[in-house]
Amino acid sequence: MNWLPTSASTFAPGVDFVLWLVTIISVISCILIGFLLVYFVIKYRRKSDNDQTPAITHDSFLETLWTVIPTILCIVIFIYGYVFYDQYTTTPKNAVEINVTAKQWLWTFDYSNGKKTLNELYVPIDQPIRLVMQSDDVLHSFFVPAFRVKQDLMGNRYTYINFTATKEGVFDIYCTEYCGTAHSNMLGKVHVLSKEKFASWEDGSAKKVQKASSNLPPAEVGRQLYSDKGCVACHSIDGADGVGPTWKGLFGKNRIFADGTSILADENYIKESILYPGEKILEGYGPVMPSYKGLLEDSDITAIIEYIKSLK
Amino acid sequence: MSQEQEKNYLENGEGFASWFFTVDHKRIGIMYLWAIGVFFIIAAIASFLVRFEHLTPGQTIISAHTYNVLFTLHGSMMVFLFIVPGVAASFGNFLIPLMIGAKDVIFPKLNLYSFWLYLFGAAVFMIALAAPADTGWTFYTPYSIESGANVILITFGIFILGFSSILTGINFIVTMHKLRAPGMTWDRLPLFCWAAYATSLLQVLATPVVGITLLLLIGERYFGLGFFDPARGGDPVLFQHFFWFYSHPAVYIMILPAMGIISEVMPVFSRKPIFGYKAIAYASLAIALISFLVWGHHMFVSGQSKLINVIFSVITYAVAVPTAIKVFNWLWTLYKGSIELSTAMLYSLAFIFLFTIGGLTGLFLGALAADVHLHDTYFVVAHMHYVMIGGTVFGFFAALHFWYPKMWGRMFDEFKAKIAFVLIFIGFNVIFFPQFILGTLGMPRRYFNYAPEFQSLHQLSTYGTWIGAAGFILMLWTLMRPLPGKAPGNPYRSLSLEWSMDSPPGTFNFDEIPTITEPVYNYGTKIEEES
Amino acid sequence: MGFFDVTSKVLKSIAYPSEMVPSIDTEDDGHHHFDHETEHSGAKLGMWLFLATELLLFGGLFAAYAIYRAKYPDMFQHGSQNLNVVLGTVNTVILIFSSLTVAIAVKAIQENRIKLVKIMLWITIICAAIFAVNKYFEYSYKFNLGIFPGTDIFYSIYFAATGVHMLHVFIGMAVLGVLLRKVYKGKYSKDNYTAIEIGGLYWHLVDLIWIYLFPLLYLVG
Repeated sequence: MNWLPTSASTFAPGVDFVLWLVTIISVISCILIGFLLVYFVIKYRRKSDNDQTPAITHDSFLETLWTVIPTILCIVIFIYGYVFYDQYTTTPKNAVEINVTAKQWLWTFDYSNGKKTLNELYVPIDQPIRLVMQSDDVLHSFFVPAFRVKQDLMGNRYTYINFTATKEGVFDIYCTEYCGTAHSNMLGKVHVLSKEKFASWEDGSAKKVQKASSNLPPAEVGRQLYSDKGCVACHSIDGADGVGPTWKGLFGKNRIFADGTSILADENYIKESILYPGEKILEGYGPVMPSYKGLLEDSDITAIIEYIKSLK
Repeated sequence: MSQEQEKNYLENGEGFASWFFTVDHKRIGIMYLWAIGVFFIIAAIASFLVRFEHLTPGQTIISAHTYNVLFTLHGSMMVFLFIVPGVAASFGNFLIPLMIGAKDVIFPKLNLYSFWLYLFGAAVFMIALAAPADTGWTFYTPYSIESGANVILITFGIFILGFSSILTGINFIVTMHKLRAPGMTWDRLPLFCWAAYATSLLQVLATPVVGITLLLLIGERYFGLGFFDPARGGDPVLFQHFFWFYSHPAVYIMILPAMGIISEVMPVFSRKPIFGYKAIAYASLAIALISFLVWGHHMFVSGQSKLINVIFSVITYAVAVPTAIKVFNWLWTLYKGSIELSTAMLYSLAFIFLFTIGGLTGLFLGALAADVHLHDTYFVVAHMHYVMIGGTVFGFFAALHFWYPKMWGRMFDEFKAKIAFVLIFIGFNVIFFPQFILGTLGMPRRYFNYAPEFQSLHQLSTYGTWIGAAGFILMLWTLMRPLPGKAPGNPYRSLSLEWSMDSPPGTFNFDEIPTITEPVYNYGTKIEEES
Repeated sequence: MGFFDVTSKVLKSIAYPSEMVPSIDTEDDGHHHFDHETEHSGAKLGMWLFLATELLLFGGLFAAYAIYRAKYPDMFQHGSQNLNVVLGTVNTVILIFSSLTVAIAVKAIQENRIKLVKIMLWITIICAAIFAVNKYFEYSYKFNLGIFPGTDIFYSIYFAATGVHMLHVFIGMAVLGVLLRKVYKGKYSKDNYTAIEIGGLYWHLVDLIWIYLFPLLYLVG
């Protein structure tokens, strides 16, 4: 079976080389040591309680051998580990910067042309990218296994990742520094596009780049958005309790809020909750939800509302 | 011989008070053994539930929050209540005076106070479970500052446990300096004692740093001190530096005593002296020293500078070399020996193999480019469990079986114990080897939910917990049901001092302090000096 | 044994540990008692190791100080100027003086001059108490001005470092107090003074830490 993800950046081959190098050294070492263990145990098994055994306590040749060889191997591994790391941390001159902000539990990306996306990062292929990253709250870490890149994000300074994507496609983003209850749902996707497709995404001429979703019923679109935009991090669809209230059976019900007021959950209520989540906090929950103003288009919100309606 | 000498240490004094207020190092060691055993089982059950949850992506049996609580509980209880005190406090206490020819440790009352502090710290830790922490055992800020759980209580419990470690470490160091029997020069000290000495140095010098770290974390939560909180001008990475400055030496506190056990078991069941005694002794000290200089390898992607990363990577490889030397020395002890595969020997041989895997996978993580990909993934989880279970726990189980006759005066059923060994060995590898693959594929750690493509590896890993649990239960069952009859004083014909008296020993260990005239592992009949 | 029996046993054993060792008497039993020289040198080695742990504990605080002073030099200068140098100097002198008196106490017991030992230990403890009272005034003055731990990083360092130090002053006072009580009971002499010597060592460390804290906190401005 495959033990490495697809290799989709210029850094990945270097990382994979180091991984292979150490794997081969490790496998050989394990076979050697395992073999010697089994061989000695069988060959020198006890034959009688009075077996004669030599009191061997030293062997200068062997001891030198097994000091020098591991040292040399360690030096070699270090060097390769350093060389590729050095390339990774050297910012190419023509890198395009994208700002990344992490907060519990979503990613936002701000592009130099003013565009902003939620949980989905769009980059052109073969173009050096420099991510300028920061957290709004606790520690997070941005990890794209296909690119082999990772860096922690924190609140008091910027951190950076350089990468150049080498394959078109969609690749997973994980948060990989434990950040609280919905840490494992703080997911995203990198969309690597050809130069043409990226240009049309950038100037807005492409409608939805992932699929021909204009042909899908709104509730279906809403279901996709539920995962892609990170709603899944806090809201379940099967009635289970989470950081936020479940969407199952939400539409048309009476909602009771922490301040004692109540309202019928209709389309306006849902839209307000998405754009101005602090206005009405449901009883039993805290003011945790971030605002999606500027991050979702009106058609997205409509699709989500339709999806919620379908969850009886 | 006085009246007290005719009863062994288990019989000399009955009732709760005679144990709870004892100053006999052997009884204190036994009490530690029971205590750490209880916490090991609780923490293992937590991990059993964690793995059960992973049978399916998304929720299987518990919520995300409960999952986060369980892995925090598992990690912090295993680290601070089982493995750090672990071998040193139980077997160290029991064996060191016996091995060096002393009647007790040099500060017997302090020894008892150390144990009481352990219980006190454990009690505070358990009370904190009323609102259990979900921060991970590493308590990284800012999340550990803002989390609504009882972080203050649990960290205060750990702080108290630190005192127990420090006082035990002081006791062992001074005991080994002052109470060695006449003729026991440093180069005749058993390697388990060398290991305990190096461990104690680490306990004494490293533990205070986690003490102040946790105190400052408590200060953060209670007073808003701000050192580690970016919102108040502090630096969360500083917390990581403080935390790992202790926690890296801590992992050597975890492994060194187990290495010492292997060094004791191998000669006895090979009937050969340990190969390269001095190399092993010096390597232990070298590992202890260098361990203070590598903490930054836990922080390669934390945002620290490239130069710092390079320095830590270089020094990390330096600590690999003395470790490798030890592995070969143990291996070569078998060469031309007369090998008996007792249960203790099986665990020791397994240790050598599994610890090698654990150590080699550390080489992956020390390489900067590779660590960028592997950090905070399941690869790290697998690596650490190979060294902590394949290493320390297997060493601990070897000790349980090896010194069983000495401690309890009984023998156990070797056949059943070996079946248990096989189940534990298989179970352990089935749990953790797939996790290396999960890690290289990019599966992050501390993840309640996971992508569906990882499910088959997760399921395989979970099945391993069932096999391992069965083996562990069988092991306990076997050890709790000794064979009838009294054990001989020295059933394995060991030449080490702790075997030179009755099993179990009398309260004061030796009728007369012996004088040592020979090297400690004086097995073998002719000296073959190969150049 | 009933609950109260056990509790009273525990409390007694902490207060009077040497009286509470069932069946293994470490004081008179020739089998178990280690020779005096071994116990003496062992206790000293043990105390030095313990002092090393204290140095590492405070080392963390000093490291935090260094890092944040480099990061916020103006805040540190400003904060330091607001501290009461007079009170700080007085406290420093008191503590140094108390190190002298405890050193005299150690010398005195080596010469069996019990009365002098008592006087010196009393003075040391009183000095520690005065130190504590001064710190009480300093802290309340700051609290009245609305300055608390957490007000800014400098004050956090100030309160954390002097607070942890103050805790050690209290522990030192307790240790010296126990030693003093035992002197009154006639437990120590020129042939048995290890406890006083190692207690004195501990007090010297408490003093030494302050000698570093004082200029770093008070004399920066």
